[in-house]
Amino acid sequence: MGLLDDAFLKSLWVFHLATGSCNNCDIEALDCLTPRHDIERFGMLLTGSIKHADVLLVTGAVNRQCIPRIKNIYEQMPKPRLVAAIGECALSRGIFIHSYNCPMPLDHVIPVDVYIPGCPPKPEAIIAGLVKLIERRKTNKLTEKV
Amino acid sequence: MLQLLKDHFPQAIVSVHDRGPKRVYLEIDAGAITEVAGHVFKELGARFNTASAVDGRNRMEILYHFTLEDINLVLSFRVFLPKTALVIASLTSVFTAAEWIEREIHEMFGIHFVGHPQLERLLLPEDWPEKVYPLRKDYEEWDPDAVRDRGV
Amino acid sequence: MTRTIVPIGPYHPLQEEPEFFTLTVEGETVVDIDLKLGYNHRGIEKLSEGKVYDQAIFVVERVCGICSTSHPFAYTQALEDLASVEAPPRARFIRTIIAEGERIHSHLLWLGLAGHFLGYNTVFMWSWKLREEILDVMEILSGNRNNYAMFKVGGVRRDIQSEDIPEVLRKIDSIVPTLEKLRKAIMEDPVLHARTKGIGVLSREAAVDYCAVGPTARASGVARDIRKHCSYGAYEEISWQMIVAHNGDVFDKLLVRIKELFESINIIRACLSGLPDGEIDCRVTDIPPGEGIGHIEAPRGECFHYVRSDGTNRPVRHKIRAPTYMNLPTYKSTVVGETISDAAIILAAIDPCYCCTERIAVLDDKGQKLHSGKQLLDLSRQKTEQLRARFGV
Repeated sequence: MGLLDDAFLKSLWVFHLATGSCNNCDIEALDCLTPRHDIERFGMLLTGSIKHADVLLVTGAVNRQCIPRIKNIYEQMPKPRLVAAIGECALSRGIFIHSYNCPMPLDHVIPVDVYIPGCPPKPEAIIAGLVKLIERRKTNKLTEKV
Repeated sequence: MLQLLKDHFPQAIVSVHDRGPKRVYLEIDAGAITEVAGHVFKELGARFNTASAVDGRNRMEILYHFTLEDINLVLSFRVFLPKTALVIASLTSVFTAAEWIEREIHEMFGIHFVGHPQLERLLLPEDWPEKVYPLRKDYEEWDPDAVRDRGV
Repeated sequence: MTRTIVPIGPYHPLQEEPEFFTLTVEGETVVDIDLKLGYNHRGIEKLSEGKVYDQAIFVVERVCGICSTSHPFAYTQALEDLASVEAPPRARFIRTIIAEGERIHSHLLWLGLAGHFLGYNTVFMWSWKLREEILDVMEILSGNRNNYAMFKVGGVRRDIQSEDIPEVLRKIDSIVPTLEKLRKAIMEDPVLHARTKGIGVLSREAAVDYCAVGPTARASGVARDIRKHCSYGAYEEISWQMIVAHNGDVFDKLLVRIKELFESINIIRACLSGLPDGEIDCRVTDIPPGEGIGHIEAPRGECFHYVRSDGTNRPVRHKIRAPTYMNLPTYKSTVVGETISDAAIILAAIDPCYCCTERIAVLDDKGQKLHSGKQLLDLSRQKTEQLRARFGV
């Protein structure tokens, strides 16, 4: 399985999903593609289709309307798949914890592999979080996480 | 300015609260809102800002805010509605800008706007129960699956 | 002629909800549109009622990430109107500097996205790279790239240190030449003219009827800018110009925003050089019962907040009306009659901020999904390629 791991981790394609966010984390995630931080040199590309993605980047306090769509998208993602929660809202809904339209945090909807805190996390923090994810995968071997 | 309005609508204006040259609040009759709004929009050239609804203890109130930029004035017309009869004429016949805000007030507070072309949900999800109005003071959590603690 | 329903896919590359609008199309021309909101609704007005005034500023800051200063600014104006206090002069200047910095970053962001939709990916990369310089400036001034948390009732929370000012001025001066180059490249490109002139025209009457605000309205000849007419911040004390255009098409909206960029740079320079000394906070101790209204010119238009208080330290009602709320319905008027390959750029020209509006989704009537969002973007880019070939560029 060593070859598969290596191939997988060398070039992770990310799919970005915003679920009721204020767009700050989304912009910082997109900033990673721009010339200053440029994650494309690491092989990470933003894809338009979930079927090509390896990592699902989720931002936003999970909105009631988005919950069925998040589950749908997660199911469509081909294995091996990883989920990264970016920003306070994706971790635990942050300041929107009492909102009537945000019933539960993200990890009650889909399993999350890496949590990147911040409001918004700087692009350096996002890159550091993804690197941690890669490191952990390397030491843990590629088993299907529950 | 105030004098002009007062002369134009002597019966409709109930009271005036003048907070200075920039902010004036006028309380008017609920029935007269279309006329007053029409006059302010067309003749005075004011721009409609938004409408805020407030849930009071015994009655609901809607404030319609208009801006007259050239003289730096925000005019707000206050209308009171009894909680038993939450019905008022829609302003969409005067300007199209009122469409969305009336839909939002309808789904958040339960006020019905007569004459609105499409009075349906704007912001709340489809599976939100009927007749539950979130911005009212007596709103309660209806969802048994909602997680409201931080799990600590 | 058969009518087909074409859902428009993700407009913002940042948002990935599957569909946004449903366009009814006859042949190639758009006949009708239907929009449905709701994906970003987080119930902020209700949340605000449960928080103390000082905490509500932080909630309000997260209404939108791009215009994250506009909402606290309008909110503090509303509270100061309630309490009948005015912030000291130094605070007003600092607020203006932060607000204009945000305007620059927002317009550069928009420029990048508009370029992305037209197929000019280089414009996207260049303008976002320039944007990084502005974000550095904001980091020097406030400590964070995005949520500055500089506002407070009665003043600002942090002061600008005079030793930082030369660095800030240097960074701003460093982007001006590249901005000039970008502006020339955009303004003199014949393909861009062909793609944006005469497309998506919003007439002056429609702009007034929909009560549109901001650059969307100013591009249609409605000469209204809250900064000019309603004195707040330091706008009355420095000289600057309001930019108005008259055709109301996508090209004019582009022009208004680019010119505003340069005006904002001048305003920041003027504010930094004329920064008065003194207090930065007038120490408001309590908020009396009453109501207050605050409105300011955000990058997208007028941001309006209404606060009602009953003497306790939580608001009874806090109404937030973001600029895109008034501008988005104008999409109906501008896109009907245009072709679907232009639909994406016409929407982009309004510069919608969905999180401010509380989000968009779609009505998928007959389950006819002919084009996904990506395909619509591709259609838009294909048209640019065809025009390029025609012009021999």
